[in-house]
This record gives sequence, C-alpha cells and structure tokens, in this order.
Amino acid sequence: MENLKEIEIFAAKIRLETTKMIGTRGFGHISGSLSVADALAVLYGGVMNVRPNEPNWAERDKLVMSKGHAGPAVYSALALRGFFSMDWLATLNQPETRLPSHCDMKLTPGVDMTTGSLGQGASAAVGLALAQKLDELSSRTYLFVGDGECNEGQVWEAIMFAAQHKLNNLVTFVDYNKKQLDGTTAEVIDMGDIAVKFANFGWHTQNINGQSVAEIVQALQNLSSNMPNAIILNTTKGAGVSAISDVTLNHHMVVDGDLLATAIAECEAKLAELGVK
Amino acid sequence: MSIIYDGSIDKIVYKTVFGETMEAIANADSNVVYLDADLMGSIGTTGFWKRNPKQAINVGIAEANMAGIAAGLSAAGKKPYLHTFGPFASRRIYDQVFLSIAYAGNNARIFGSDPGVAAAFNGGTHMPFEDLALYRAIPHSTVIEISDGAMLEALMWQVKDRSGLTYTRLTRKAYPTIYSKDHKFTIGKGEIIRKGTDATIIACGLMVGEALAAAEKLATDDINVQVIDMFTIKPLDVDLVLEAAKTGIIITAENHNVIGGLGDAVASTLLEAGVAPKFKRIGIEESFGQVGPQDFLQKHYGLTAENIEKTLRDIL
Repeated sequence: MENLKEIEIFAAKIRLETTKMIGTRGFGHISGSLSVADALAVLYGGVMNVRPNEPNWAERDKLVMSKGHAGPAVYSALALRGFFSMDWLATLNQPETRLPSHCDMKLTPGVDMTTGSLGQGASAAVGLALAQKLDELSSRTYLFVGDGECNEGQVWEAIMFAAQHKLNNLVTFVDYNKKQLDGTTAEVIDMGDIAVKFANFGWHTQNINGQSVAEIVQALQNLSSNMPNAIILNTTKGAGVSAISDVTLNHHMVVDGDLLATAIAECEAKLAELGVK
Repeated sequence: MSIIYDGSIDKIVYKTVFGETMEAIANADSNVVYLDADLMGSIGTTGFWKRNPKQAINVGIAEANMAGIAAGLSAAGKKPYLHTFGPFASRRIYDQVFLSIAYAGNNARIFGSDPGVAAAFNGGTHMPFEDLALYRAIPHSTVIEISDGAMLEALMWQVKDRSGLTYTRLTRKAYPTIYSKDHKFTIGKGEIIRKGTDATIIACGLMVGEALAAAEKLATDDINVQVIDMFTIKPLDVDLVLEAAKTGIIITAENHNVIGGLGDAVASTLLEAGVAPKFKRIGIEESFGQVGPQDFLQKHYGLTAENIEKTLRDIL
C-alpha cells in the first residue's frame, strides 16, 4: 500500500503541475489532462521500464498519448520523473518551446510519438508494438485514446489490426470521461458499451475506475498474454479539480484569476492530505 | 551512354519488377518492412508475403492505418515501404502521411501505383491527377515518377536508406524501355535522354516515351528537340532546367494535373531565375478522371506524342 500512496502522490503532483502549467498560459486543454493523471502516475510511477537520462533507449516501454491534447499531463509526468527540467513546464505553448499543446516526439524527451490529429496515434502505437515484436523485445507499448477520439474510424482500423496480429504487448487505455468538445459523448456520438466493443473486436478488456490507482495497478497485473489488452478507464473530465470538472463544457477553457487560484489550492490541499508539504 | 530507347514496348511488367525487388530488398536488410493494403496481388508481392510474413505485412483495406503503422515502425528504427493505388496513397491518407510520418520526422517510402490515366479501367475514382501536387507540398519530401523498369529497380534500392518521406508513383504495366539495366540514377538529377538545340521537352513517367516519340517525328523535319526525363519532381534539378531554357522553348509533359505538378515546378523555377523561354505545360486541365482504355484516355486528355508534337509546332 505504501507504493500505492506514492503513486497517489505522483498523480496529485501531475495535477498540480498541469494546472500551474496551463495557468501560466491562461488557457488550455486542462480537463482531458486531469482525467488521465492517475493512469500516467501508475505508468511513469513504476510500471514502465524507461530511462529518464536515456529517453531513446531502444528497449524501453513506449507510450503514445493519441489524444495529444493531454500533452500537459504527459509533460508533468516526464518532468517529475526527471526526463527534463521542471523549469520547462512554464514554457508550455510559448514561442520555441519544447512543450507544445499536442505531443511532439521531435521536441520533447520521453515523448514517443507525435499526436494531435485524433485517431492517428492508435495506428502509430500499433507500429511501435509491431516493431517491438519484430525485434523480439519484451517491452510494451501503452496507448491512450479518448472516448470522443473513438469516433474516428482509424482507431478501429488499428484495433482490428492489433487483434489480427495478436499484439499482446499493446495496452490501450480508453479515457472514458464521457465528454467531448461539443457535449457529452451520448449527445454527440454515443459510444455505447465501449468495453463490449473492444471485447467483440478481439481484445482482452477490463472496465475499471480510471481514477483509482489501485484499480489501474490491479488491471495491469491482469493482462492477457495472448491478445491485445484494453483497459477502459471510467474517468471524469477534469478529475481531481472540482473547479474544472464542475464546468459542463470544459474541453478547452480559460484557466486564470480566481479559478486558477482555486484549482491550485485544491491540488495543494490534496497533496497536504497525502502528507506532502 | 546507357540510353537504349528504340520506341519498342518493354516486355518487363513493372509489377514483376516491384515484387522481386521488394523481396530482395527485405532479404538484404532486416529492418525493411513492406506494408500493403490488400493490393499485394496487384503489385506482385503475394509470394513475398507468404514466404516472409514478418517483413511483408498486409494491413487489410485500411490505408490510413497503414500510414500510421509505418510511422510507428519508423520511430522504432524500421524502414517501412508502403504500397497501394495512387489515389489511396495520396488523397485518402494525406493527413496521416503529413502528420504521423512527415511532421513527426519519421521516414517512409510510399509507392502509389496506376498514376493518372494508367488507372484506365478502374476509372475516375482510382485516377490520381493530383498526387504529385499533394506530395510536393509536404516539407522535405522527395517526389519521384518512374519512367522505366530499370529505373524502378534502381530507385527502390536507393530510397531504402533515404531519410524522410519519399513518394514514388509508378505504373504496374510496362512503359518503353529507356535505360540499360546498369544505368546509374541520381535522385534530384534529371536525365538528358535525347540531345537537341531547338526546344526542350521536360517530361516524367508515361510522358517520357511520348516525348521521345514526338522528338523523333520532329527530327524528320530537322527540328532537333532535347528530351529530359525529370524523374525527380522534387527536389527539382534546377541547374538542368535553367540549362534547358537556353534552347529557347520548354514544354513540360506529365500524366497529372497541370496544377501543382512537374510543369508548375519548372515554371516557378524559370520565373524565379528571371528566365523566360517560350513555355507550355501539357497535362490534365481542369478535369476529373474517367473510365476507358489507356490509349483512349491519353488521346482524350492530350497525353500523346501527337499533342506534344502539335504543341511544339504551334510554338515554332
């Protein structure tokens, strides 16, 4: 349990840094970053075999944030793990930054794939996982897709290919926060039971509370060894910061002034509750 | 000199060359991975797929996914080769190629078959007249059109270790043989395949043979036309274009929309250099494709030796 608490602290730090970073610019894709903070904390907090001082180490586990607008959460996790200086976080979206709004493998140490045009990261993750197989590596590729992103047909092309080729080294997290830019997923394109869809496409599928690091850790211990794995993260868009999650249309929002102060205070309160000064 | 053109149609079918060469390249380099979107039977690679399913991967009818997988393979140090029909290799997957491959700094060698009217009986839906324009617009891309079987084999090998994105359009049938098997090609350098001082035809792909045939006809009237095979559309051989301008007349000929292809590339090169020879682009003008035999389509769109000859005589 001690380890779980460390992961919870890591997740709380990712939320704080993400909020501060987006607050520095005054606006951004904050909610979809907060919803994946717990899963990123589990992965970068110990599950993934990576070398912060050797980000291109060939045998590493890889991560593709196909919902590339969650870049700020990835950058927070990478900086906290020591891939680059924490000072970089304040440069988000500034001219000539190494941290653009959407993930860029050419700019940011530790980012394994450039993403931003939704759906494309799914195929790229399949390519990375396939290459690991061809090279007979035991490493894995972790893919994050959004629930709204699953509107894109390309996601399902990638899902079918992974099942056909039994890419058991590919783990896909679906950030099922039930919102997309224009409204709830139910209002826009209802994904129905997304876990059943993955299962029907030949994936070993687990449906869990995506805001529970304990459940995420557990799910990663229950992976199939002969099929690709999907973990449906039931999440809240803006999770952990009520000032954000309470906003109905919160995909991209202004984060400044009182709202920013309240959000940062909530993140700090969480850390204090976890015993971090 | 290794130009062996005599106007006869080569019996070497390109799809045979492609299949055999692709397998030889994969056998020579374990990092090569060939991807196809359920058109292996069309390009002669089915046997390779059955023999070596690790390096020949059929992604199914999912071209966008194929481009994305190629990006992932490249990011992991592989050298992906991709094939599908030209319209799918360009229009259909442009954003995937643009972002996941090019913008992301990955490498890939994309082969689009049945360029322009070569799609013939598959008709307008399968007829890319704009693939060169689309690929030219991608930063740092290399854009090639094959005009000969020996060239196809040589360039398939050459692009293996080339960085970035390369798009190559090629027929699956046979064009007239122009080069000997041992001819050395340099990407970015055009080939003067016929010398002449009265005018220059700069052509690519299918239109190279047509240009040579037009030059032969004009020669009977003592009109000596230079013919250049500009098989690399990007980066363009600027020096050769400017040298050709000294003949005073330049005609470009391409099996592609006149907008954004070889003709536009040559025109902007000339204008920016302050050089103004008499100039005309031959290619598809403001038209979609349509179904029919290739010879009918060539006549319909003016992609013939006769049209090149007439155009030149009108200028002269």
